[in-house]
Amino acid sequence: MSILVNKDTKVIVQGFTGKEGTFHASQCLDYGTKIVGGVTPNKGGTEHLGQPVFNTVSEAVNITGATVSMIFVPPAFVADAVMEAADAGIKLAVIITEGAPVKDMGLAKAYATKKNMLTIGPNCPGIITAEECKIGIMPGFIFKKGRVGLISKSGTLTYEASNQVVKEGFGISTAVGIGGDPIIGLSYKQLLQMFQDDNETDAIVMIGEIGGDLEIQAASYIKENITKPVVAFIAGQTAPKGKRMGHAGAIISGSAGTASEKMEALEFAGVKVVVSPADIGKAVREILTK
Amino acid sequence: MNIHEYQAKELFKKYGVPTPRGKVAFSVEEAVKNAEELGGKIWVVKAQIHAGGRGLGGGVKLARSLDEVKSWSEKILGMTLVTHQTGSEGKLVQKIYIEEGADIKREYYLGMVLDRAKEMPVMMASTEGGMEIEEVAKNHPEKIVKVAIDPTIGFQGFHGRNLAFGLGLSGDEMKHFIKFASALYRVYIENDVDMIEINPLVKTGKGEFIALDGKVGFDDNALYRHPSIEAMRDLSEEHPTEIEAKASNLSYVKLDGNVGCMVNGAGLAMATMDIIKHEGGQPANFLDVGGGANPQTVAKGFEIILKDPNVKAIFVNIFGGIVRCDRVANGILEATKITQVNVPVIVRLDGTNAIEAAEMRTKNVGKHDRIRSHGRHIHKHPNSNGTKYTGQNRLRTYRFHVFQKLLKY
Repeated sequence: MSILVNKDTKVIVQGFTGKEGTFHASQCLDYGTKIVGGVTPNKGGTEHLGQPVFNTVSEAVNITGATVSMIFVPPAFVADAVMEAADAGIKLAVIITEGAPVKDMGLAKAYATKKNMLTIGPNCPGIITAEECKIGIMPGFIFKKGRVGLISKSGTLTYEASNQVVKEGFGISTAVGIGGDPIIGLSYKQLLQMFQDDNETDAIVMIGEIGGDLEIQAASYIKENITKPVVAFIAGQTAPKGKRMGHAGAIISGSAGTASEKMEALEFAGVKVVVSPADIGKAVREILTK
Repeated sequence: MNIHEYQAKELFKKYGVPTPRGKVAFSVEEAVKNAEELGGKIWVVKAQIHAGGRGLGGGVKLARSLDEVKSWSEKILGMTLVTHQTGSEGKLVQKIYIEEGADIKREYYLGMVLDRAKEMPVMMASTEGGMEIEEVAKNHPEKIVKVAIDPTIGFQGFHGRNLAFGLGLSGDEMKHFIKFASALYRVYIENDVDMIEINPLVKTGKGEFIALDGKVGFDDNALYRHPSIEAMRDLSEEHPTEIEAKASNLSYVKLDGNVGCMVNGAGLAMATMDIIKHEGGQPANFLDVGGGANPQTVAKGFEIILKDPNVKAIFVNIFGGIVRCDRVANGILEATKITQVNVPVIVRLDGTNAIEAAEMRTKNVGKHDRIRSHGRHIHKHPNSNGTKYTGQNRLRTYRFHVFQKLLKY
């Protein structure tokens, strides 16, 4: 099963013929992702990477039957692209673009929700179901197939965590990079529930960051609803207040959003919280061989 | 991006958010001239820096004569103001704002910020004006009234009424307040504001409202569509090295420790700082080199880290994804030719082509004997004892080397 995407998922790419879109779409095709076309206005009717190019998402969906869109358009056009996907009946938009204005994402997400389209990102590595379907920019080979689900705000920490899990002799069912922007699509809560319901996932690794309170919400959700074991790491334990650490959302304002507050809440919810990022793999082994 | 109080008030005026009259001054003479032009009998001399708590730090003074305007201006201009938001090093005051005195009947708090859980802006008001709002939130949460405003409907009358009644206002006072709040919402939404804080918001003897202070920060991602706001940027308020880093697309934040670090990805960069601390060290900075990590960016990274005289060693932690580790290794080697690196550098590369990268570095250790190979390969530094280094290429392996050996330099 895995979650959200698998080997049969049909994917289109918005911003298909641009530099980023081209590079990553071809990597996804190599991985085996069923990319069935792409959208670049004014390039409809041509072919790119052996796939058809369409002028509009609606045309692409009608002809290819795609249900997922991977979005690489520049930040100023992200909201438009997301809303176009929602309008055309796409079920899941994976937004890779970094640097989208917060106001735009707020409006785009509100519209996506209204149209029942799920979103992942923006400013994220995407989603991968190991050895089946990669929609994003992550290095596919790190994600060996297995039974650990992974949810992370950070790109490189997703790779780090997967690498550790694999080196301990386990593997990944699906890994989702949710992004660290102030407004994001799917978050811990929804994804935790999907992994809880997935019969190919035995344990969940959750990687958080300072800023916001998504991890706190996740902690109370886990306490009430999640019975599968969860391992968590929160980055930014040493980050000072008021300084933004790269991600737009990674900032501690006042007393809220600190790593220690999140770690306590998760521990209280029965999550195995590791203090050092080097211990993620080891913790997974401990809970799965107990 | 943040702006000064006087700039915030200029922006407020454009939207009909009432403020006292005032003028910015860069010299004592200009300050006195401004006070004369404003007229009246009472003026306030206010230090313009990007930090709160100016009053407590001695940066805001009441003047009852032009002589007092002069003497306070002399004291404040050029002072290093230390507040709870500036850090212990404080901030140099380079401009002051001369403002007419206000008729203060009561002080309130009014702010706007994104509520991430609701995914819409929230306007917050409190009767506890002039206080640190975080303290109020902690000790008297019932004294803060909040309304979330869905941008698809905008600011409606009911939003204003909920806030006004929450503050105990009624009649004309309520009407004045709603007009004020509605104008403030426009400032927020039309300028891609990240945060607005008016503390205190003042009710005058006539029952009208004026913004006695104004703090505004903007969404950096949206500045491209607000050139007039970007023009308000005051580079002297930002850390010079952070500006330089930004120009090269690096994300750098200076910290107080002595282990410099260069990492790809914000999350891994924070995690790297954590692990340094966890092992008893202190990170000197946060530095995300992004996905590229080519020789130029890495060289720039070294240059920026080394501007901090406290740095005793640099730790490069790259998890190669799409970026191949051998390319990054090459970048590091090239970078040491561009920038002179005179502190030990510890490199950990993992991910795509990590093995090739480790070999490459090992081959080069003779020429670049400050670069040490800490991959899954043998540690061949000329000064090393030749011990076979059989790390599992996990974070744990570099922890040992970085923190137990190199900090002794």
